[in-house]
Amino acid sequence: MQASTHTDSHSHDAHGGHDHHEPGFWQKYIFSTDHKVIGIQYGITSLMFLFFGFLLMLCMRWQMANPGQPIPVVGSWLHAILGDEMVAKDAQGRVGVMMPDLYNSFGAMHGTIMVFLAIVPLAFGAFGNFVTPLQIGACDMTFPRINMVSYQCYFLGGVLMLASFFIPGGAAKSGWTSYSPLATVAGGGHHPDGQTFWLIGMVALITSSLLGAVNFITTIIQLRAKGLTWMRMPFFVWAQFVTGFLLLLAFPPLEAAGVLQLADNMLGTSFFLPTGLVVSGQPMHVSGGGSPLLWQHLFWFLGHPEVYVLILPGMGIVTEIIANNTRKPIWGYRSLVYAIMGIGFLSFIVWAHHMYLTGMGTKISTFFQTTTMMISIPSVIILTALFISLWGGSMRFNTPMLFALAFLPMFGVGGLTGLPLGFNASDIFLHDTYYVIAHFHYVVAPGTIFALFAGIYYWYPKATGRMMNEFWGRVHFGLSFIFMNLVFMPMFIQGMEGMSRRMYDGGASYAAAAGSTGLGAFVIGLNKNITYAAFGLGLAQIPFIINFFWSITKGKKVTSDNPWHATTLEWQTPTPPPHGNFDKEIEVFRGPYEYSVPGAPTDYTTQNEPDKQAPLTHGNPVRS
Amino acid sequence: MNNPSSDQKPTESSASGGLFFLFGLAVVAVFTWFAFTSISPAHLPINVSSAPQSKGIDQLIWLVHLLMAVLFIGWLLYFFYTIFRFRKERNPKADYVGVRSHASTWLEGIVAIIEGVLLVGFAIPIWANASYNFPQEKDSTVIKVIAQQFKWNGWYTSINGKFAKQDRHFVSPDNPFGLDKTDPNFKDNFFVSSDLVVPINKPVLAYVSSLDVIHCFKVNPLRVTQDAIPGMVIPAHFTPAQLGTYQINCAQLCGNAHYAMHGTLKVVSAEDYAKWVADHTKSGGGAGGGYE
Repeated sequence: MQASTHTDSHSHDAHGGHDHHEPGFWQKYIFSTDHKVIGIQYGITSLMFLFFGFLLMLCMRWQMANPGQPIPVVGSWLHAILGDEMVAKDAQGRVGVMMPDLYNSFGAMHGTIMVFLAIVPLAFGAFGNFVTPLQIGACDMTFPRINMVSYQCYFLGGVLMLASFFIPGGAAKSGWTSYSPLATVAGGGHHPDGQTFWLIGMVALITSSLLGAVNFITTIIQLRAKGLTWMRMPFFVWAQFVTGFLLLLAFPPLEAAGVLQLADNMLGTSFFLPTGLVVSGQPMHVSGGGSPLLWQHLFWFLGHPEVYVLILPGMGIVTEIIANNTRKPIWGYRSLVYAIMGIGFLSFIVWAHHMYLTGMGTKISTFFQTTTMMISIPSVIILTALFISLWGGSMRFNTPMLFALAFLPMFGVGGLTGLPLGFNASDIFLHDTYYVIAHFHYVVAPGTIFALFAGIYYWYPKATGRMMNEFWGRVHFGLSFIFMNLVFMPMFIQGMEGMSRRMYDGGASYAAAAGSTGLGAFVIGLNKNITYAAFGLGLAQIPFIINFFWSITKGKKVTSDNPWHATTLEWQTPTPPPHGNFDKEIEVFRGPYEYSVPGAPTDYTTQNEPDKQAPLTHGNPVRS
Repeated sequence: MNNPSSDQKPTESSASGGLFFLFGLAVVAVFTWFAFTSISPAHLPINVSSAPQSKGIDQLIWLVHLLMAVLFIGWLLYFFYTIFRFRKERNPKADYVGVRSHASTWLEGIVAIIEGVLLVGFAIPIWANASYNFPQEKDSTVIKVIAQQFKWNGWYTSINGKFAKQDRHFVSPDNPFGLDKTDPNFKDNFFVSSDLVVPINKPVLAYVSSLDVIHCFKVNPLRVTQDAIPGMVIPAHFTPAQLGTYQINCAQLCGNAHYAMHGTLKVVSAEDYAKWVADHTKSGGGAGGGYE
């Protein structure tokens, strides 16, 4: 993808003589240490996982909308691949009915894949790798080989997760949270089972994140261009920096916990297994004395910072694109920086709000709900600053901007609906309902995923030298926006009426029956609407997929290195950037978003523009 | 104009910009209507508990959603006005400084204060009632709720209100709860499976636990939710104030039949309850025959 200008810009490259021979295909694309190639590797792999995770959910949605009906077409494929244990026949003998174990497997793997194999690697691995060194004016990451190993660990983790579908007993089926003791007993007689693969896969994925995090933090601290002070860093870089710390500090506890659960499952230890378990009427032969809650604490100590790992890079991308397309500086840049640091710190002390109903007393739950309310403040500050940044702009509505703008109210819905879940008292009712599903999907799907789409459309010309098609980009946006909301909005109704999540039959068992209260026909019927909308959402991605691949060779060529007239450093490289990135010395003289500076000759003043041509401001516009 | 060096403008299409904008407005109008009919506590199921916390739970849900609605409508109005007013066609030159007022800081402060009020005024006291202010055992209907894959066991006492001793050494396939059958209280105990019964207008004190994996005891109309965790016995309380039969949800993934692990909680009059207990004690003749 980026071979075109590689050789010609190479000759006057100033950084070191380590690569004066032309690398072969394997070295250039597969075992590359170039951050851009690694970024693209991450990007393609994670997009494929994103689509795969979506397809898993589509199968589940069919089952929820039509319990016990064979899945059309795909059902027989699934049967051919996974066998009778997972896919059964219906009463008429038609093959392709998803079994409860398969439903639980797909559910657990949908969550795992979307979080650990799709969103995090796309947001942090792909965008972080490709954009961060360019935006700070570095020639590569500090540790290019560690960077390569990080991708390879991720790839290994992904392969293990995928392989687990095909082993006897199928993939992990205890939810993406893998609570003990269920995770230990759910495998039935299978050893090793899907959970074993899940745990080893997670160890690989967390190792990958750790290597990435160390690299990002070091790179951002060490390799910033001359003059790029902290308060002149693009907000995207800040977001990646804070995300790096979250990954570094929050993920190791789950890596340790994963090894302990592996020992529980394979070696007969009882780290998370209490005394006196009786499973299927038989006393379980383990020593006992462990604590199921210990697993929950270790999991959510990762799990909550993880939520911010999912959202912060998205906020960073949106900030870049909003500044660029409003043609004005981001309002309150400093408050954004302090807010994101605040989120980083606070995200480590809110984890137990996922555990309110585990028998928590008033004191502990007061602590955790207070910190949870506190963390909503910096989130509101960031969202408000982005909203206010629109005021006074001269907005262009290109595809990246449409996705970035839609992010704001969509993340708003996701964030606001976190409030009644964060208050422990209202959570007593809303706990485990579809309200929770709707809430976090609004944060991650029309929130983060829209931000990631925005980023793909925005940086695509830098990576490939060609634009993606604008018309089909808008079609992709419009349809995705409509269908996203048609998928997730009805879930608030379902949740508010008390429908529980993770129901194989879509809640039909809890339908109101004669003489007992329960779910009404309307809320259960919404499952059908949601399923149709999810199918529509899948179709809406076709223009994107075609556009993405078609534009690599057929898209409109960019005629300058800075097609969006942006201010940040990544647009100061040749296009696509060669190995080593910059063909000139980069020195930074100003803040990241100097758009429409009064008296400047153009409506954008790049960060490396020397003093004379535009009035010098330090970072942020000064206001009284 | 402020774009003298535009050698190329791959991203602009001013003509369709306005149209697209109108389309967007229509979509969002529909969306807003959709949002506010969806995210509404009007969908809450009936509340039939008179425990001090249960009305509070509904009140808090309403108040938080009110706050959310005000903020969200405010954001949207601002958002669409801004997009309309500051689009490139109408405002070709951006303002370097933008908003000069500090109203947003006040707004954020007000939101923080409201959250604080909801926290101190509602969430904490409601929680204290739910998790701390338990009724006395002598004033309550005491049940041990023991979850297992995939049903709800209710362990009751009849006359003296005392439960038999439990020890894991007694656990066997025909005695999964590990009851001490030599305990004199054993005779007064009985078990029911999946269909629990409680009397109306008397606090119920449920000791929730699990035999195997984590389940969650949740009865929506009573606004009670408590995880059932193996190795722990956690009390929960509620006061049914309306006769009827209510579903018990399992609200924690517990295995492949999790979706079907529903029980019922039947609220009956005090007289019917006494009769029901007497029937069970007589027919069961002790816990031995009561469960399974």
